[in-house]
Amino acid sequence: MRVKSKKSGKQVFSRQLDAFFMDIYAIGQFTGRFFKEAFLPPYEWKEIIRQCYMVGYKSLALVSVTSFVTGIVFTKQSRPSLAEFGATSWLPSLVAIAIIRALAPLVTALIAAGKVGSNIGAELGSMRVTEQIEAMEVSAVNPFRYLVVTRVMATTFMLPLLMLYMALIAMMGAYLNVHQNEQTSLVSFFENAFEQISFLDIFSSTFKSLIFGFTIGIVGCYKGYYTTQGTQGVGKAANSAVVISMFLIFIEEIIIVQVVNWFRI
Amino acid sequence: MKKSSNHIDKDNVVVTIRDLYKSFGENHVLRGVDLDIYQGETLVVLGRSGTGKSVLIKIMAGLLKQDTGMMKVLGQEVDKLSVKELDALRLKIGFSFQHSALYDSMTVGENLAFPLQRHNKTLSAAEVNKAVQQVLEAVGLAKAIHQLPAELSGGQRKRIGIARTLIMQPAIMLYDEPTAGLDPITSMDINNLINKVQEQYHTTSVVITHDLTCAKVVGDRIAILLEGQFAHIGAFETVVENTTDPQVQSFYDYNFID
Repeated sequence: MRVKSKKSGKQVFSRQLDAFFMDIYAIGQFTGRFFKEAFLPPYEWKEIIRQCYMVGYKSLALVSVTSFVTGIVFTKQSRPSLAEFGATSWLPSLVAIAIIRALAPLVTALIAAGKVGSNIGAELGSMRVTEQIEAMEVSAVNPFRYLVVTRVMATTFMLPLLMLYMALIAMMGAYLNVHQNEQTSLVSFFENAFEQISFLDIFSSTFKSLIFGFTIGIVGCYKGYYTTQGTQGVGKAANSAVVISMFLIFIEEIIIVQVVNWFRI
Repeated sequence: MKKSSNHIDKDNVVVTIRDLYKSFGENHVLRGVDLDIYQGETLVVLGRSGTGKSVLIKIMAGLLKQDTGMMKVLGQEVDKLSVKELDALRLKIGFSFQHSALYDSMTVGENLAFPLQRHNKTLSAAEVNKAVQQVLEAVGLAKAIHQLPAELSGGQRKRIGIARTLIMQPAIMLYDEPTAGLDPITSMDINNLINKVQEQYHTTSVVITHDLTCAKVVGDRIAILLEGQFAHIGAFETVVENTTDPQVQSFYDYNFID
């Protein structure tokens, strides 16, 4: 009996794994279609701007709070370890390296995957199950170009901006903590902080955010665009948009960090 | 209540369907459908749920592709058209969806203006507004222009869905279950609207329904889809009221009519 249940558990796992990799393959095909459609007129500028507003401006509050808290907490937690070696003066540069190289792009991407990715998945999913996408098709409007291309472009363009904003607010949070303890001025804090930051750091983080934004947009759109099973499917689309985006973001993070490290050497 | 049939031009076939097959896996929905639809007529496709009525009009609009057979709309074989040609054909087809399919994020006015603005880029805002007002008046909902779809009743949503298709002045109107989920009075309003649209816009209409009242009020001809084929085609009185087919008889007996 036990052997039997073990076997079926294995089968279930292998089926889920199959489905996951099939999903990744299908997302690859969806991405190919995106590049085919994105550069052909008519361009949906008005809708792209509206989506940029939805992705960027509407995420500002959440990004602000998260980044400010991240800055304060990271600085506070790092202080005792540096203090042991009498190296609290390194705190600004340590915080800057951590925030700009790693935390800002990754945390912004995870916030966006949760907020924007699920929103796109649910929105397009509900449009699919209520036949709004078919309605667009029969009005001779290309729904892929109007719904998918615009959203993917918005997430791709907005994520680097959100990342830079997040880095700034997190640094302000860090400054607050440093100023409270060491009475450092804003100017000397930022001078110290940026001593160890190179152009490559900022460029790689911006590039990473572009890739993360594209991933969030494409996965959210893919899951929403091909939603099935009615309203239950909408929930599933939103959920799997977040899970798959986060998984891909971590993989991309590892790859990009490796590549950037080669350049650094 | 029932309109006259003198507007039908029997020399002019706008939709030709020949030996049409469509399956979804093991579910063989359409099994050799043959039909001609004439200019100006309202053809009602009657059948039980799941018999492929909606599939048929989705193939007409190019939303689905048949497995085999021919679907010719306004002289063009739908499955052989390029994307551009299909878009051009779709501009001549109005599709009213079962659940209206209004864009949730847009107001009624924006829903109506959306297809018009995209296909007539030279139109000024005033001209678009005028066209929107005209179709809203035609469906009797001129005051709903600033409302969101979520604020409308089921019947109002159906009317706006019809208005959205009318704004492009289509030659063919496809109605998917226009009275589904509506109370009898609202259903009758929608039936009268379908007749009004037909008279005012001189469209050819295909109405998918299982509502016999709707079929009787709007239909010039009734086509009954049984087991993937049109088993009976003709006037309502012939193919429904005086039928000898037990399957149609039972369908009739379960509907309240007149």
